Amino acid sequence: MTSLTAAFRCIVARDITLALRRRADVLTTLFFFVIVVSLFPLGVGPEMATLRIIAPGVVWVAALLASMLALERMFYSDYRDGTLEQMLLTPQPLPVLVLGKVFAHWLVSGLPLVLIAPLLGVQYDLPPEGLLILALSLLVGTPVLSLIGAIGAALTLGVRGGGVLVSLLVLPLYIPVLIFGAGAVDASMSGLGAQAHLSLLGAFLLGALILAPWAASAALRISME
Amino acid sequence: MLEVSNLECVRGDRRLFAGMNFSLQPGELLHVHGANGSGKTSLLRMVCGLTAPAEGEIRWNGESIRSLREDYFKDVTYLGHLGGIKEELTALENLRISAELAGVDAPEDKVVVALGKLGLGGREDLPAKVLSQGQKRRVALARLLLCNTRLWILDEPFTALDVAAVGVVQDLLSQHLHNGGMVILTTHQEVDIPAGTVRRIHLGLQ
Repeated sequence: MTSLTAAFRCIVARDITLALRRRADVLTTLFFFVIVVSLFPLGVGPEMATLRIIAPGVVWVAALLASMLALERMFYSDYRDGTLEQMLLTPQPLPVLVLGKVFAHWLVSGLPLVLIAPLLGVQYDLPPEGLLILALSLLVGTPVLSLIGAIGAALTLGVRGGGVLVSLLVLPLYIPVLIFGAGAVDASMSGLGAQAHLSLLGAFLLGALILAPWAASAALRISME
Repeated sequence: MLEVSNLECVRGDRRLFAGMNFSLQPGELLHVHGANGSGKTSLLRMVCGLTAPAEGEIRWNGESIRSLREDYFKDVTYLGHLGGIKEELTALENLRISAELAGVDAPEDKVVVALGKLGLGGREDLPAKVLSQGQKRRVALARLLLCNTRLWILDEPFTALDVAAVGVVQDLLSQHLHNGGMVILTTHQEVDIPAGTVRRIHLGLQ
């Protein structure tokens, strides 16, 4: 067990170090998210009521696209320089390593979105509890996006035009997360309470945590053949 | 002991080889010869467990490597065409991470010694991207010193190395064989390993 946690920690530390030394890549995702979310109020106009209505959807769609934009990076550089094949040949169980990679990927590409979302939500005149639920729904939802995305990224590794293919593969699986994520904010603002939506997002997260590392590992083994 | 029986390799529609049998005992080196595209790398990737053979079986100590999986990887170090070196990390970090993932304890001084042996003393803290091809290869080869594995599978270990480094690697190999290790390698250079039995396989005989 200790060797598993050691391997997990090693991969997470490695990927975060790599991300910090390639900061431009990380900032692209965040920058994209900020720009898309900030452009909508400018385009739609300063009608507060309209902005409040579209806010959850816009923020969530932007988060979803930003997370998809980052997917390609998850395994590709390791694939290209041969560290991925070395990872496949370590005595550590591959799902643990994949989970470590996904976690590190989420920390650098998902967590910043969660943290900045309340600030961006102010532009849409969201009430404080709406902002809180927005951040909360993203906190539970974005890891699901990373986990599901890992399967798609692993499957399309080394395929030409993989970026388009990965969107086709992954988008249908992202849609429930989008519906319940944006729905949570809507529900809380209309006074229904976001608990049901958040519980469902939590259930998605648990399911993805259990299934995605295995599926992505199997996909990686296939892609490396 | 490694046994390969009736191995067949198919790439696309082409059958590269079939019915290959060999076994490797402790202290033996297998030198795989063959022209470009004859399936040397494919054979090596099969033996280390990255690809599944179209037909046939590979056994390690009597058990199929497909069922051994992680237990087999504990005994194997593979060095492919791609060195598995991260450009953004230093030589030291690269090696420490691969050692840790391989489940061996590699304190900093041990890694520094290994890098020193391969002539990279004083360059431990440079990011790998500023190293030359040959130096990157040396970093990758330093892994062999850190991971206590019994079977080394080396795909063209001598490319980009200078004469001195080739000598160091030959010494490494002969010492490994002397200690009862096993080596499978492909190279177009003539290798002269003073210790152990050298077996040869020719792929793609016309």
